[in-house]
Amino acid sequence: MMRKYQRQRHRVLQIVTKLLTPFVLLFALYVQFHGDYGPGGGFQAGVIFAAAFIIHGLIFGVDKTRLVLSPGVIRVLMAFGVLLYALTGVAGMLLGGNFLDYNVLAPSALSGQHWGIFAVELGVGITVTSVMISLFYSFASSRR
Amino acid sequence: MIEQLLIVVLLTFLVVCTIGIIYLRDLLAAVILLGIYSLTAAGIFVVMDAVDVAFTEAAVGAGISTILLLGCLSHTEHVQKPQRHNNYWALGMVSVTGILLIYGTLDMPRYGEALSPANSHPDLAQRFINESAGETGVPNIVTSVLASYRGYDTLGETVVVFSAGIAVLALLGRKRRRVDDDENEDVTNPELASSASDKSDDRGTNV
Repeated sequence: MMRKYQRQRHRVLQIVTKLLTPFVLLFALYVQFHGDYGPGGGFQAGVIFAAAFIIHGLIFGVDKTRLVLSPGVIRVLMAFGVLLYALTGVAGMLLGGNFLDYNVLAPSALSGQHWGIFAVELGVGITVTSVMISLFYSFASSRR
Repeated sequence: MIEQLLIVVLLTFLVVCTIGIIYLRDLLAAVILLGIYSLTAAGIFVVMDAVDVAFTEAAVGAGISTILLLGCLSHTEHVQKPQRHNNYWALGMVSVTGILLIYGTLDMPRYGEALSPANSHPDLAQRFINESAGETGVPNIVTSVLASYRGYDTLGETVVVFSAGIAVLALLGRKRRRVDDDENEDVTNPELASSASDKSDDRGTNV
């Protein structure tokens, strides 16, 4: 196994990162799901969510981050987000509306819109998060 | 009045940041200045009441691109090589383009102009302000326009992000080769290994 404190000189950064990461993730989730009511949405939330992992990777080394979130999972999630978005649109078509018509997704048009926007924003968030993390993994792995 | 003063101060700060980025030879400082630049731009957007844009600028410009650029810097040197020649052609080209762009903005409606086409046309801003909450049940008009009215457009943007990720994976991800974990961790110090053998940079990669 690796030594526990591989990079001694980053000790302060490591401890601060440990403390802050959960709050960054929580804030990303808030931005994701509160986007209907305030500023925010999938793009911003995805970026913030990814930033938490990237900072973890920068401070603790990418190998440890890969243990949390493996590159294979990231690649699957990348495609899953886009598919979630597109399939929401297709679901609208199957239920008798146009592509990306959310009104038909639920009995009432308003709740259909609610679910549609929710699913679509989630898809955006997942794709943006995984693309950003995968960019970081690619850059990081060609060195170490 | 106070808003205009704020915008002028922030714009001045942007110009100072830009000049600093151009003249700095230390790339680490330049990257950090770039983050400050984005944060200042986000401040301008907040003053102009475009909170969603400001949030995106702060998260993407000041946050993730700074971090990604820092990651890139770990591959290269931190000091830019001095340039031998002065490229006056490029300077002229950039100046002419800039002047043309500024000239192009002279026709545009003034900021916050109530009678501009986008604000006064009944099918544009007014329609969304009046009816989007009732039609989608989402109070934030930006979200309802982005995710519902222009959902097709946002799907395209998501695909663009996705294909950017695919492109980077295709370019950089191929070099990854599976090395056994124990061999990799015990035997070699990865940093020494990669600096010693620059040519075979697929050697030090791990899973």
